[in-house]
Amino acid sequence: MAIEKYEDLNLVQLDVLREIGNIGSGNAATALAQLLSRFVDMKVPEVCLLDFQQAMQAMGDPENTVVGILIRLTGDVEGIIMFLLEEPFAKTICTTLMGDHPFSLLELDPSDMSVLNEIGNIMGGSYVNAIANIANMLIDISVPALTVDMLGAIMNVPVVEFSQVGDKVLMIAEQFLMDGVEIHSKMLLIPTVDSLQTLLDKLGVC
Amino acid sequence: MEKIIVGISDMKTCQAPGELVTYALGSCVGICMIDTVTKIAGMAHIMLPDSKAIQSDQNKMKFADTGIDLLYNELIKGGAVPSRLTAKIAGGANMFGATSNTMSIGDRNVEATKKQLAKLGVPIIAEDTGLNYGRTIKFNSEDGSLLVMSSLKGNKTI
Repeated sequence: MAIEKYEDLNLVQLDVLREIGNIGSGNAATALAQLLSRFVDMKVPEVCLLDFQQAMQAMGDPENTVVGILIRLTGDVEGIIMFLLEEPFAKTICTTLMGDHPFSLLELDPSDMSVLNEIGNIMGGSYVNAIANIANMLIDISVPALTVDMLGAIMNVPVVEFSQVGDKVLMIAEQFLMDGVEIHSKMLLIPTVDSLQTLLDKLGVC
Repeated sequence: MEKIIVGISDMKTCQAPGELVTYALGSCVGICMIDTVTKIAGMAHIMLPDSKAIQSDQNKMKFADTGIDLLYNELIKGGAVPSRLTAKIAGGANMFGATSNTMSIGDRNVEATKKQLAKLGVPIIAEDTGLNYGRTIKFNSEDGSLLVMSSLKGNKTI
């Protein structure tokens, strides 16, 4: 059955998407753990089909200040990867890689910014590579764009983009944990409807 | 003062006292209108510039053109006098800086908002739009002041 809108997805297809999220983020977590020489854990990914209102709130308090790293996917799969880091997670990355130094999201040092951008690049690359490999596809990723702002305003970007084709957005969301449960961040894969069809076809799921 | 939350692609009106709030505008635009004599105020939160450019246009509040019309009509229905209405707008940021040469969605939202308000003859008396950061806005229906808050750039009242 052709998928024309996100609501058309059946339970098996949703499970496959969850597994795709699992494989992608598993690789991303491994890449991060190797870079930091720290233990990085992850939860079971969630596949959520949300209307805009829910999408803006599903990731947490919309006024919470976070780091957002956005990567665009083109090629066989089109969409967005969004990496959301709360201050403790971003701080741990920067101080682990650059040595202990004062760190504040509100006054982010340019060198910390480029560290985070590169982490986004590496994790996004690992995620996408893993998916491209299992589905035998070619997916290109853009240079990551980074901003520090209110969570809601950052989530505005994928939401607005998908609002041009419908009233819902599908996100495959993964939560990473560092040092147990204390430090976490989220990585979202937000594919277009057309790409879902391609992805599921390639994997032989109908 | 009662706080009334306006969601994304949503609209609310109120009679003073009351505060209309919308959180974390990115490229979306918040449009506030008030008749300061009857103290009827309204706020719309639009996401896209033009309902005619999109296939999926069922949700009228999503667009600058149709959303502003709805807000305007709702205010008139509530007792606002058209010639006394004034507007303040905020939002329309380009969240991740320029990623392409085409005009950002934020800029297009602001442009479409101004065009629609001009069409209705509602003057824009203050604005805080564009640039690259998110904004939470609070519109006071008592005096028509608009508080614009951002996590990095601080707060200001326009």
